[in-house]
Amino acid sequence: MPQIIKHRDIIQDDWIVVRAAEDGSLPAVDAIPAGRVLLPFSYWKAHSAALRAARPAAELGVWLEPDAEPAELVEDFAAISLIAVDFPVFRDGRGYSIARLLRDRYHWTGELRAIGDVLRDQLLYLSRCGFDAFAVRADKNIHDALKAFSEFTVLYQAAQDEPNPLFRRRAAAAAV
Amino acid sequence: MYQYDQYDQTIVDERVAQFRDQVRRRLSDELSEEEFRPLRLQNGLYLQRHAYMLRVAIPYGNLRSTQLRMLGQIAREHDRNYGHFSTRTNIQYNWIKLEDTPDILAKLATVEMHAIQTSGNCIRNITADQFAGVAPDEIVDPRPYCEILRQWSTFHPEFAWLPRKFKIAVCGSREDRAAVLIHDIGIFLSKNPQGEVVARVLAGGGLGRTPIIGSVIREDLPWQHLLSYCEAVLRVYNRYGRRDNIYKARIKILVKALGAEKFAAEVEAEWAHLKDNATTITEQELARVAAFFVAPAYQKLPDTDTSYENHLLEEKAFARWVQRNVRPHKVAGYASVTLSLKPGISSPPGDATAEQMEAAADLADAYSFGEIRVSHEQNLILADVRKQDLHALWLRAKALNFATANIGLLTDIIACPGGDFCSLANAKSIPIAQGIQARFDNLDFVYDLGDLSLNISGCINSCGHHHVGNIGVLGVDKDGEEWYQVSLGGEQGNQAKLARVMGPSFKAEEMPDVVSKLIEIFVEQRVDGENFIDTYQRIGMAPFKERVYASRQPALA
Repeated sequence: MPQIIKHRDIIQDDWIVVRAAEDGSLPAVDAIPAGRVLLPFSYWKAHSAALRAARPAAELGVWLEPDAEPAELVEDFAAISLIAVDFPVFRDGRGYSIARLLRDRYHWTGELRAIGDVLRDQLLYLSRCGFDAFAVRADKNIHDALKAFSEFTVLYQAAQDEPNPLFRRRAAAAAV
Repeated sequence: MYQYDQYDQTIVDERVAQFRDQVRRRLSDELSEEEFRPLRLQNGLYLQRHAYMLRVAIPYGNLRSTQLRMLGQIAREHDRNYGHFSTRTNIQYNWIKLEDTPDILAKLATVEMHAIQTSGNCIRNITADQFAGVAPDEIVDPRPYCEILRQWSTFHPEFAWLPRKFKIAVCGSREDRAAVLIHDIGIFLSKNPQGEVVARVLAGGGLGRTPIIGSVIREDLPWQHLLSYCEAVLRVYNRYGRRDNIYKARIKILVKALGAEKFAAEVEAEWAHLKDNATTITEQELARVAAFFVAPAYQKLPDTDTSYENHLLEEKAFARWVQRNVRPHKVAGYASVTLSLKPGISSPPGDATAEQMEAAADLADAYSFGEIRVSHEQNLILADVRKQDLHALWLRAKALNFATANIGLLTDIIACPGGDFCSLANAKSIPIAQGIQARFDNLDFVYDLGDLSLNISGCINSCGHHHVGNIGVLGVDKDGEEWYQVSLGGEQGNQAKLARVMGPSFKAEEMPDVVSKLIEIFVEQRVDGENFIDTYQRIGMAPFKERVYASRQPALA
């Protein structure tokens, strides 16, 4: 079973990521593998009624492409238990903003996973933006990737991991 | 000047350790070059023609003498004894070994410096008026706001992988000396009728392949909201800026595609969610940071000084230097001095040797409270010099090759490093600059021409700001040969204008003659001591173009 990083631990992961075939085709709803499946957002939008009828939320997840509009998923939050954002290449930064919107504006509290070209040197910022799970690219050493989270002990900005920017924390520390 | 506390210091120290490990992983092939490249770029490390180039951040152009000495030491110990000050007020070293960079960064960290985000598709070094805090026309000192923006932008987790680089400039004076109109975000600080600091925010300015003057997207933004508003701009850009074509990826293309009004509305809608969040700047933080920029211990002096006045009368060369390189100061008895890094053929524009950096640091200690600024025109500034010291300073500056009296003149050429170093360049810049400087080596003549900007870029990335030069020179590649396209009529400042291309391009050896002909026309047509740009605007492109191309051999046309 593949491993992912979740809450800064390495865990076994049984979610099956469903991606379109080379020709763009996707399986019919009744041909989706059994178990927990992570589905493309477009597929979800097309088949959500059938999927909800067939499976519990615990087995359903949706992954977003970088140009997705996360607001369109908000009404479906109760029907799914995982949201992932795909990074077709690690240099594509749109997913960071999507994560912040999902957490900050739309209050998704479930697992938020980075998938695709997910590498050690991006993990800290990804986690700061609200990702709590990381499917590190399979050819990379996932244990090595864990080190990313401890590289910095001081951070200037407020983000999902830190409600206050450093200047407010400085002021609070000075007041003590 | 701002001084790090334990938090700021920890961040740069941890960055050194992080980058040291990234270099180790690259050298051991744990990181591929493709994976490492953006990591090193976000640390200012480029792979150039001959070696790595390291760009070190000089936040809003401010340096302490200890920092400038360290920059000199690094030039001596890790480079070929010189560095190049850039149009983004950073310093670049051209001959760096990858293996050395962690140690260089560690040395920089000892003097509160770094190379964070000096390249890459992220928020770059923030630039400001080189006369901040001392200019008589200043309304708001931009430096505290720049420092607050610097901290906010440093390792901002959401905006490290933007579609393209992102540059912010801040100006708080009546005259724009920070090229605000050609930045991704430009901020003009002023005061509202209630005396509160407010910002006019522009977006979508930039040079490069598609030069565009920025559009105003917000008026009267209270200073408390600068960070959250910038976050809104960046988020809109990060999500919707183009990523399919590197030449269309800057924010200016998005602003242009949507129209400034629609873009502003998008930002406003985003900002509605962010306004008043924890990122809102507090009075306490502004006061904390502003305390680092309070005026130094100026003496109470008469506005002028007898010996200074006598030297002005007796020594023409000194008087001329004062005329060009010394500016008024808001405090009586003081002046701001620009040390020219454009001595002509003896050194490329913006370059300084290790010895010069150390000597400039000594001058700063002796005459200017130990501080130096870097201007985007690639010169060094001593902002707080007593008028009574100007003559002594001039003598020392002359001995150091810093006293060329050419600030704002034809030979104060802005130039990128060009094809001698830069792997992006189509053509060399430095020999063109030096060819023109050699042609115009008669300072009396150049002085009489008055204000005239000549800017040279070795490629369309426009690091040499050729679009906003009165005379702009752009290196282009034609079938593997270096040619130079000349444009006229560009201006920086409040009325920034983009230059227009004059016609077919020239070979390097033609360039001094081309500039000579442009100057001939200017001198012939000049009325009442006009500046070049005024004459150009009055008579237009045609007379210049006719003269330049009239005598050109058909074979070259």
